[in-house]
Amino acid sequence: MSKPGKIWIARDYLKCSGCRLCEIACSLHHEGRIWPEASRVRVFMLVPGVEYPHLCAQCHDHPCMDACPTGAITINDETGAINVSRDMCTGCASCVDACPGRIPHLHPTLNYALICDLCGGDPECVKICTEGGWNALRVVPYTDDPLELYAYRLYARKPEDATRGLLKILYGEVGEGML
Amino acid sequence: MSGRGYAGKFAEIDLSTGSVKEVRFPDETLRKYVGGRGLGVKILWDRLGEKWDEVDPLGPENILLMLTGPLTGFFPGGRICITGKSPQSNGVVGSTIAGEFPVELKCAGWDGLIITGEAEKPKYILVKDSEIDIRDASHVWGKGARDTYLTLVKETRSELNAKNPLYGEWKEPAMYYIGPAGEKKVRTAGVLGKWAHGAGYGGYGAVMGSKKLKAVLVKGTGPLPEVADHEKTLQMMRFVWRVNFEHDLMRRWGTGYAGYNVGAQLSSEPVRNWQEEWHDERSFGVDEFERRVWVKRYWGDFGCPTTCLKLAVIRTGKYKGSIADNPDYELQAYEGTNLGIFTPEENVYMVSVIEELGFCGIQVGNTLGFAAELYQRGILTREELGGLDLKWGNAEAFAKLAEMIAKREGIGDVLAEGTFRAALRLGQMKGQDLLKYAVTCKGIGIGAHGIRSGLDYPMGMSYACSVQGGDHTSVALLPITRSVSDHSMMMSDSGVYCLFNEMYLKKEEIIDFFNAVTGFGYTVDEWYYDIAMRIIEIQRALLLIGGPDIKWKVDDNPARFYEPLPSGPKKGQAPTREEIEKLKHEYYKVVGWDERGIPKSETLKKLGLEDVDRVLRKKLEL
Repeated sequence: MSKPGKIWIARDYLKCSGCRLCEIACSLHHEGRIWPEASRVRVFMLVPGVEYPHLCAQCHDHPCMDACPTGAITINDETGAINVSRDMCTGCASCVDACPGRIPHLHPTLNYALICDLCGGDPECVKICTEGGWNALRVVPYTDDPLELYAYRLYARKPEDATRGLLKILYGEVGEGML
Repeated sequence: MSGRGYAGKFAEIDLSTGSVKEVRFPDETLRKYVGGRGLGVKILWDRLGEKWDEVDPLGPENILLMLTGPLTGFFPGGRICITGKSPQSNGVVGSTIAGEFPVELKCAGWDGLIITGEAEKPKYILVKDSEIDIRDASHVWGKGARDTYLTLVKETRSELNAKNPLYGEWKEPAMYYIGPAGEKKVRTAGVLGKWAHGAGYGGYGAVMGSKKLKAVLVKGTGPLPEVADHEKTLQMMRFVWRVNFEHDLMRRWGTGYAGYNVGAQLSSEPVRNWQEEWHDERSFGVDEFERRVWVKRYWGDFGCPTTCLKLAVIRTGKYKGSIADNPDYELQAYEGTNLGIFTPEENVYMVSVIEELGFCGIQVGNTLGFAAELYQRGILTREELGGLDLKWGNAEAFAKLAEMIAKREGIGDVLAEGTFRAALRLGQMKGQDLLKYAVTCKGIGIGAHGIRSGLDYPMGMSYACSVQGGDHTSVALLPITRSVSDHSMMMSDSGVYCLFNEMYLKKEEIIDFFNAVTGFGYTVDEWYYDIAMRIIEIQRALLLIGGPDIKWKVDDNPARFYEPLPSGPKKGQAPTREEIEKLKHEYYKVVGWDERGIPKSETLKKLGLEDVDRVLRKKLEL
């Protein structure tokens, strides 16, 4: 395919079915195995019915990169993705603390941080979510639209915060106190 | 053995002593018994077969099995099979449930859990990779489904986060658990997952309760095991995804399309305790559910391309706060039409109530319908029902009775024994035959697909001859190669994965999938006439040995199934006893049973089951 240019993954959490085919697709692409805990996109379900994909929000200001003490995190010029150097990463988790959504996590057996690398511009998670017709994930061009600049405020949220928002929409008052 | 889809080891957890050990099975056993239901039957036979009739299903001797299979996690829609000696049939019922649990368990390095003994105080088990911890559960004992789920998931996830501060955020562990009904050893209690998920048939919620085991949680951080042919497995997995993407009925409507259609068109839906099997209530159409109660259109579990569940919430009115799935067809029928309830809101409310209490919705709906018919006929009085006006359609009265059953209060204590046993006991009290109102087979309430109209998939002898009793998800069918037959279901129940994702596949394609993962080189014929047959013969032997409280003498339909249908397109129709007898004997012949339905010696010997033959003949005094 032609070069996609800089992209990011827009998401509609309410359309997430919790099927976790994204986790399968991601871990097969990156690890060659079905390995949910090593997937860069992870579906959280703190409350049943409130499943949502937790993955890098492709922020414009890259707090993870700024926080990395070893320079292991760089930005891919072509796609805009975050790249983590396995060799340089020490597994210190500074990027986890710096991320407003605490999205990165460590590989379960190898000591380095897992962050979505957009599969080089054609993310597997988006492909399967689209093919299956759920459309919870969508690739969109990366622009300087002011709304987009703040997209991470929507998406780069801690699991509890993201869940709390969705609980209100799905369960209304019933959801109060579920977390 | 690891590889071939297996993690390679099983965890045996003794709740009496608190000890945990690893168990492995030889390749030959795995090839013959696969996993899930098949391996469960084998384990139960080996360990309890000789004393089966003395084992109390609700005593410490019973074994609770939670077993995955080689295909779990690979075949889209992973499930786990829960088995043990069933407190409903006194045989073995393979009862499967979906969720992330089966995949988490394999990723933790375990193919299954073998839970023995009985804890002194309420416990829950936490599996984190190779570590298995048995913990105090007194703080959640007595709690309903929602509270139990939220409390235990929150506390175990916080613990994972605190213990491993550098890992990042932990995804919640997966969990199965019981509600109050299971704790009180109610025979119709299920093992629950998330919300709206349950292993219902068999009554294994009561078995968990008898062991004082409130919940099992698991977090596995490894990959799924290696398979025999990696490329072929992935190719088959994607193939099954695509096949299911293209079939819209189940994806779009779930089984909920049947709540109206099975009644109106097939005339095989239980209405008012099966007094009728036909209705034409358009208020119960799935489009009405969609419009009035759905909040999520597609809801599913790990690896499922179909996501047939639809999340429903009641947002206003007196049932506000009720949460369920659509509900699925079975609970539309059993918490709906079978109780004379025909609105989505009341149906969702009823399902929400019975799930909160920890019931199998089919079984308790069967019992509630039975009780309501006794009330309709004046056999049970309002006073005996604790003041409840148990009229058809009175959702709140049914909900209250369900609560009395879960807590074993008043009449609830008798009804907690399940429809069949309650009919025996109430019949004695009343001095009349009440079994004629019990729509059960081998102590198991019959799934919501009747046989009288002849338009639905079960045949006349389907329940009477099934090793799973009234279970509609695995029935006796001829030819035995038909979908949903006991022999076909042995694939998905032992595999272990979801039947709904294999419905559009050819048998050869399913066997191809088995071979890609296991490398065992099965053939379709071998599956039906050797592998599945062997497991079914053992399951049949255990069902016939039964006991201690009840032993089954004959294979028969409930009396109701001989009453002519009073309404609908097949009004007046019901099979005769002669027709059922004929079908039964045709089936016996195919599966190698004698005229009494007992597996013949030659059948068992041909399958290498000499020990089953010996014990069966001794126990049945043949």
